[in-house]
Amino acid sequence: MKENAKKFELPFHVVKRSTIPVWKSMLFRVIAVVAALLLCSILSLLMIDANPFKFIVTMFDGAFGSSRRIWKFAKDACVLLCIALAITPAFKMRFWNIGAEGQTLIGALAAVAVVIHGKGLPNWLLLVLMFLAAILVGAVWGGIPAVFKAIWGTNETLFTLMMNYVATGLVSYYLLLWTPSGSSVLGRLDQGHLPILGHEYLLLILLVLLLTAAVYVYQKYTKQGYEISVVGESENTANYIGINVKKVIIRTMLISGAICGFAGFLIVGALDHSVAVTSVGGMGFTAIMVSWLAKFNPLIMIGTSAFITFLDQGAAQVTSTFNVDSAFPDMVVGIVLFFIIGCEFFIHYQLKFKTREEAAIPAPIKSEKSESEGGNA
Amino acid sequence: MFKKVLSLVLALVMVSALAVSFTSCGKKAVADMTGAPLAAVELKKDFDVPADFKIGIICLHDEASTYDLNFINGVEKIKTVLGLTNDQVIYKKNIPESAACTEAADDLVDLGCKIVFANSFGHESFLLASAKKHPEVQFCHATGTKAHTENVANFHNAFASIYEGRFLAGVAAGLKLNEMIADGKITAEEAKIGYVGAFTYAEVISGYTSFFLGAKSVCPSVTMEVQFTGSWYDEIKEKEAATALINNKCVLISQHADSMGAPTVCEEKGVPNVSYNGSTEEACPATFIVSSRIDWAPYYLYIIKQVCSGAEIDTDWTGTVATGSVVLTGINKTAAAEGTFEKIQEIAAKLKNGEIEVFDTDTFTVGGNKIADDHKADVDDFGDYVADTDVVENGAFEESKFRSAPYFDLRIDGIKLLNEKF
Repeated sequence: MKENAKKFELPFHVVKRSTIPVWKSMLFRVIAVVAALLLCSILSLLMIDANPFKFIVTMFDGAFGSSRRIWKFAKDACVLLCIALAITPAFKMRFWNIGAEGQTLIGALAAVAVVIHGKGLPNWLLLVLMFLAAILVGAVWGGIPAVFKAIWGTNETLFTLMMNYVATGLVSYYLLLWTPSGSSVLGRLDQGHLPILGHEYLLLILLVLLLTAAVYVYQKYTKQGYEISVVGESENTANYIGINVKKVIIRTMLISGAICGFAGFLIVGALDHSVAVTSVGGMGFTAIMVSWLAKFNPLIMIGTSAFITFLDQGAAQVTSTFNVDSAFPDMVVGIVLFFIIGCEFFIHYQLKFKTREEAAIPAPIKSEKSESEGGNA
Repeated sequence: MFKKVLSLVLALVMVSALAVSFTSCGKKAVADMTGAPLAAVELKKDFDVPADFKIGIICLHDEASTYDLNFINGVEKIKTVLGLTNDQVIYKKNIPESAACTEAADDLVDLGCKIVFANSFGHESFLLASAKKHPEVQFCHATGTKAHTENVANFHNAFASIYEGRFLAGVAAGLKLNEMIADGKITAEEAKIGYVGAFTYAEVISGYTSFFLGAKSVCPSVTMEVQFTGSWYDEIKEKEAATALINNKCVLISQHADSMGAPTVCEEKGVPNVSYNGSTEEACPATFIVSSRIDWAPYYLYIIKQVCSGAEIDTDWTGTVATGSVVLTGINKTAAAEGTFEKIQEIAAKLKNGEIEVFDTDTFTVGGNKIADDHKADVDDFGDYVADTDVVENGAFEESKFRSAPYFDLRIDGIKLLNEKF
């Protein structure tokens, strides 16, 4: 064994695939998820002494176990989808907006501010004002880093990230202002509730699905959508064909921020009726995953956000049913996502195994070459 | 050959380093715990629990938070006393103070829970929303303020007269300061306590004030500085606050925030610590003195008994030393001053027979003046933040009498708030 290790040589080459049929790439993804769940089941058996079958059943039970859970699942998936829709145009433009968390939170804050200062206004007017305030403030929050990027070329990743902290700080500040007792707990507000359409969550779900269609059309069939993808592919090309890159960057981020603000409005108007520093709860970051896994396609994002919501709720149910530490389900979610991202490698690259004769020839030069190829991949 | 020798040497070095580190661990202080200074109250099962009875517990965080752990320990204790199965006790952990709390409560009702309990102040309005939807289920909320004014028959608040426990823990702190003064480590004027608090509101203010008054009752020269973190659970901020206070020459630290941040810093720096929510003796054997905490087990026993026997649950329940709700952990003789155990028992007896009142208006001043006999506090929580109830009776501010959750929010002299806005 030791001798082998000295002359270690990968038994395969890594080769980039030219094309892969859709069914094959989907098959890879399904295999990845199944493999991940299998590994998680084994871990559950070893670590929390839970029957793997029961573990998987529990995951499904958490998301779909009762009609209430199904509604909650659909609602949560839609809120996450809404934020993912917001960041998608920006990401497609290769503008790394990791400030969705803050843009959503500040939108929620603006909506709550309207409710607090608009006591006595009729509900419909309150809702209109909340909506306008939330998308306006969200757009400003997204627009600031875009202006800096467009004009002075600042790094948008850091800038949007830092804006999250500013938003969190502002929420803390206003909570103190609005709660003279000092508790910083605003509680549920009585006004500014969105009307209930059949089911509590139905209106929210419909709104988000409409928005999904709108973003899909915007990206695929409008001139602005085309401009976004050209800027994303190459700024030089965009300049060459006469696209005003600065304008596109700022415009796209205004839209991105406004949709985040809309998500904040939904959180306040349809769900929490309140705001806290944890109101968005990390969804601004999870949304990046949703968008990325779907290759920025809004229709596929319905599936990816549903999948990630399923993992979250299934994992939470595992904690409750098996009464284990919440670190365990977090680990499960991590493993599944890792497998999915890992399988992208196999979708884009292929492993070509060497024949026996090739492998038998001790060729140091060749081995270096194959290793370096593996590294590049 | 050379490689083999080298690896052998390296291995030897590592083993000896390990051995050294183990022996130095061995030299580390060991906590030397006494029993609990307050008499334990026995919890008995004197009623039948139907097989289909279920209780749901909603926690803001999980066991990593000392606050939530204290609730979970209480549930587990009652589970053992009543012989409940795992299926009869359903936990929902890491539930934020948002619509997620309403959803968790609704889900617990769907699962057949007869009682839904939530443990965080901010859960209240969201739990209330669920309570209004399910009148057949009892909703119990710890630390809340709204039950006695909302008139929702199945919604209840609970808390405990923890200020008594804080006062007694303060006595332990005062005795420690006296010992430091007697040993010549500090002068009487340097007896300054540092306190890490979460938010500047009644629950925290009442807690640190009663703690301070307890220390002052045995060490008259004591002063205190309070640093707020603006969060209930933020280990880094709590560490920073404790470090800042220690650098500011505070010689003893206590805290009311839910992570292990402050006690850990105290152990590292060798500064004595009076804890809250539970013992930190394992992590901090050299510096942990004592901890006061609310034992929620008696309340769980009470609500389960009421529900199982078809009786009403009090709208606003206040646990006391007598119900076994206000408890102190054992005292760590390694860190505490001599005679702490006896002194705490002596003062506890006086609190019981009314000889001492924690918020005796003769023992503290606000802005240099004694508070008026018709002083009012905001007891009825209509969201208006108006002081509406006379709270001074017979020369003492009566905390937890007009509602269970604390309402003492005076900034008394001798305590300096370093960052009032948190």
